[in-house]
Amino acid sequence: MSESVYDRIGGEAAVDAAVDLFYRKVLADDRINQFFEGVDMDRQAGKQKAFLTMALGGPHNYTGKDMRDGHAHLVARGLNDSHFDAVIENLGATLTELGVPADLIGEAAAIAESTRNDVLGR
Amino acid sequence: MTVTFQGQQYRLQEQETVLDCLLRHGVVIPNSCRSGICQTCLMKAVSGGVPGTAQKGLKQTWREQQYFLACSWRPEQDVEVALTDEKTLPHLEAEVLSREYLNDLIVRLRLQPQQTFDYRPGQFIHLQCGDDNTLVRSYSLASVPAQDQALEIHVRLVPDGRMSGWIHQECQPGQQLLFSGPYGECYYMPGHEQQGLLLLATGSGLAPLWGIVRDAIDQGHTGPIRLFHGAPSADELYLVDELRRLDEEYEQFTYIPCLDGEDAGDFIVTQPDLFCAGRVQDQALEYQPDLKGWRVYLCGNPGMVNEAKRKVFLAGTALAEIHADPFVSPYSA
Repeated sequence: MSESVYDRIGGEAAVDAAVDLFYRKVLADDRINQFFEGVDMDRQAGKQKAFLTMALGGPHNYTGKDMRDGHAHLVARGLNDSHFDAVIENLGATLTELGVPADLIGEAAAIAESTRNDVLGR
Repeated sequence: MTVTFQGQQYRLQEQETVLDCLLRHGVVIPNSCRSGICQTCLMKAVSGGVPGTAQKGLKQTWREQQYFLACSWRPEQDVEVALTDEKTLPHLEAEVLSREYLNDLIVRLRLQPQQTFDYRPGQFIHLQCGDDNTLVRSYSLASVPAQDQALEIHVRLVPDGRMSGWIHQECQPGQQLLFSGPYGECYYMPGHEQQGLLLLATGSGLAPLWGIVRDAIDQGHTGPIRLFHGAPSADELYLVDELRRLDEEYEQFTYIPCLDGEDAGDFIVTQPDLFCAGRVQDQALEYQPDLKGWRVYLCGNPGMVNEAKRKVFLAGTALAEIHADPFVSPYSA
């Protein structure tokens, strides 16, 4: 098995560097920040870290069902493909800012993409 | 081996995590990634040495207090654990030494613990009051152990508040009260003496920050320390003279009282160099738009704390450097 993007960019330390950057972009993005209103920021940052770790191919135990259950309340509030696209875009911009090469960003985006139907409850 | 939780013992299997053990026995513990990353399963060890592997990524203040991730601890001995908002500390006694009004609504209570009590300024205690000790409320510690022998808390009179009403009307010097603590992670930590500190308070949220500011100065903090205290009108501020004196005495410390009530504007026009017009979260950001590398303390009404938290984060403060009033526990998200 080839080494994951997670390992190649520096593992947990790289994700730690990415979390604040990514979360700040998401909160500043008017297309999606309404979904984060009133959410406890510390707990949310933990989830963001778990998401980034997963997207980068790092260790996680999330299942498709976890993704569905975890986002069902947001789907009920109108979460759709355009919001999912915006998150992927912020993911790409974060990794670009950290100097991650384009092909590795592509791999991360593909992993995130693979959760689309579960996240959107389809 | 067993895991003790809320008075119950649960048998732990070989190589099992605390989280898996509790879940297997039907105990509901919030969790998400089960990989030691998302921190949803944050708990606190009452006994049993927590290994570093179960504290990966936790704030220093949480590590010091034996917080751990339940999905990442495979104990090799009997342990007792608790949720992070449980009252896990024993009760202590304190004698009321004095009660004085700091303004029309806020009382300063000085309490002398009857047992040894170690704490950091800015942490809080659970205080029991009332005729049969049935009332319990949390109060932040404004005192600094190096300067003050007694504990100091600030109690704001809340309309129809049973506890604050009792403290304002019936509590007398000489009375013995029960309390437990210290709790919370909102306190000064030495080691980054040149870092900028931004502190925002509304109302009696000044109490922990009054402790933290003096503690930081005591411990030789040389970086800028900016304290914004907000209230609707000047007579709802307090410790104004003490804070202005501190501001004059220490070059690194700046005190900025902010008024945001309806009449505040007119009032400030006559005394523009004494008060700022506006809300603390707006004034602070105007004064210091780039907060990269700063440490921030937020105490007061939840509306201000939540809004300010988001604002200072977007202005560049790392999330791990934002310490909010700890009355909102990690489990009340």
